[in-house]
Amino acid sequence: MHLPCPCCGPRDLREFTHKGADDYLRRPAPDAPPEAWDDYLHTRANPAGRTRDLWYHDPCGTWIAVTRDTVTHAVIGATGLEDAQ
Amino acid sequence: MRFNALRVLKEGLTGNRGWRPHWRKPAPKPEYDMLIIGGGGHGLATAWYLARNHGVTNIAVLEKGYLGGGNIGRNTTIVRANYFLPGNSEFYSHSLKLWEGLEADLNYNVMHSQRGLINLFHSDGQRDAFARRGNAMLAQGDDAILLGRDELRTLLPCLDYDQARFPIYGGLYHKRGGTARHDAVAWGYARAADARGVDLIENCEVTGITVNAGKVIGVTTSRGEIRARKVGIVTAGRSSQVATMAGLRLPIESHVLQAFVTEGLKPCLDHVVAFGMGHFYISQSDKGGLVFGGDLDFYASYAARGNLPTVEHVMEAGMTLMPMIGRAKVLRSWGGIMDMTPDGSPIIDRTPIDGLYLDAGWCYGGFKAVPASGWCMAHLMATDQPHPVARRFRLDRFATGELLDEEGTGSQHNLH
Ligand SMILES: Cc1cc2nc3c(=O)[nH]c(=O)nc-3n(C[C@H](O)[C@H](O)[C@H](O)COP(=O)(O)OP(=O)(O)OC[C@H]3O[C@@H](n4cnc5c(N)ncnc54)[C@H](O)[C@@H]3O)c2cc1C
Ligand SMILES: [Zn+2]
Repeated sequence: MHLPCPCCGPRDLREFTHKGADDYLRRPAPDAPPEAWDDYLHTRANPAGRTRDLWYHDPCGTWIAVTRDTVTHAVIGATGLEDAQ
Repeated sequence: MRFNALRVLKEGLTGNRGWRPHWRKPAPKPEYDMLIIGGGGHGLATAWYLARNHGVTNIAVLEKGYLGGGNIGRNTTIVRANYFLPGNSEFYSHSLKLWEGLEADLNYNVMHSQRGLINLFHSDGQRDAFARRGNAMLAQGDDAILLGRDELRTLLPCLDYDQARFPIYGGLYHKRGGTARHDAVAWGYARAADARGVDLIENCEVTGITVNAGKVIGVTTSRGEIRARKVGIVTAGRSSQVATMAGLRLPIESHVLQAFVTEGLKPCLDHVVAFGMGHFYISQSDKGGLVFGGDLDFYASYAARGNLPTVEHVMEAGMTLMPMIGRAKVLRSWGGIMDMTPDGSPIIDRTPIDGLYLDAGWCYGGFKAVPASGWCMAHLMATDQPHPVARRFRLDRFATGELLDEEGTGSQHNLH
């Protein structure tokens, strides 16, 4: 699997650290109810098929959101995180 | 069907024409008392203990493929009770005791082999941590022996003790740990449940769960509609999808875990060895193959195969630990879909929908859990009360904060 880093181009999987689903982009307000934090931290759509998740490119320090297929491992695209939000 | 030496001899001499299938192939009835979705180890064990412990036999197990085709037939077969946290500790202890009586209970040879499991440690700090874990295991009523380097050397001469990165200081020896033949576990439970009248329905994919006024009333399947007022979701890596059919979102993310086996070798490894620092563990199968694996591929996946970086990492760790492994050829590698929870512990609980139960989140440790999980899920479905040893495996523990994070790695699905 290669992932496209907006900064460095397509790079080998070994250079990336996986964070998790893009739910991590929707951080609740500090005073949000516990259910909102539970949802943010734990509950996942966990799709078999197209998903969007967050990766960190270790060499250049860019966070990216990758759109890919969890069944075929096909990578559809990626954006840098400032743009992704 | 029963096996014995005379029968094997007779069949061998007469062309093996007398063997019959272990279980019936019934067509689904329109209605059952209870349905189990998923014919893996946990689903089959649930059916067996419902019949055996609670006398509930008007039930069906619905399996989308063939029995034993999921993770139950893909794992590396390690059985152990070396957990630390209250909640996990008593559950896995109960499971190991059930393993010890399983063959007699099912009248089936599951090749349960208590060859001993050894977890290696590589520093003074790690030795202390293992001593503490060993004490917790003893306090639970199980067994643990802390071995120093010299004692370990006599048991495991083939390891490289003086590697630069992780010199081996010793190991925690869990004598009652070991392995079992994974397929036989599925077959044994299936045959026993079938003999009590449980319908095992293969090639029957559940495509919908019918809920009326907050109560489950049945399921839709590729083989028609089936009614039941109690339905258990026991679908391991596919739990999220099946739960979605009832409108539920689970605290689960599916990840791929790979494993490997070499060509058959003469006996050279008598125990299961876990090299946690290298993310590597290994045992030798009865056929002689070295069976080994490592960690997750770390990204969400439903492909029952992994990527090369993990293969490379596992091979490197194997070479570091026991250089002799480099002489053996790898025959096969494969992957299975793991239902990872954010704390690495499972869920056996009711759901917000009346009559709908969930047994999921087994991560990569669900094989050893099969007997106790079936036992506790059957108890839950039959009595509507959690079994005492599974009472902390609650679905709402993520919201209440009562997590069971055995490894203390935090709330992220791929870190356990
Ligand atoms: C490589 C690998 C190594 C492992 N090593 C170990 C180990 O050493 N020790 C250990 O304790 N554990 C280990 N595990 C974990 C263990 O195998 C699993 O946790 C356990 O088998 C999962 O439970 P199960 O047997 O019920 O799952 P499965 O066998 O996967 O059963 C789930 C079943 O549900 C069916 N299903 C899914 N969706 C539907 C539907 N819609 N309708 C009908 N049926 C459906 C599937 O077809 C499947 O047969 C390992 C796993 C893997 C992949
Ligand atoms: Zn980059």
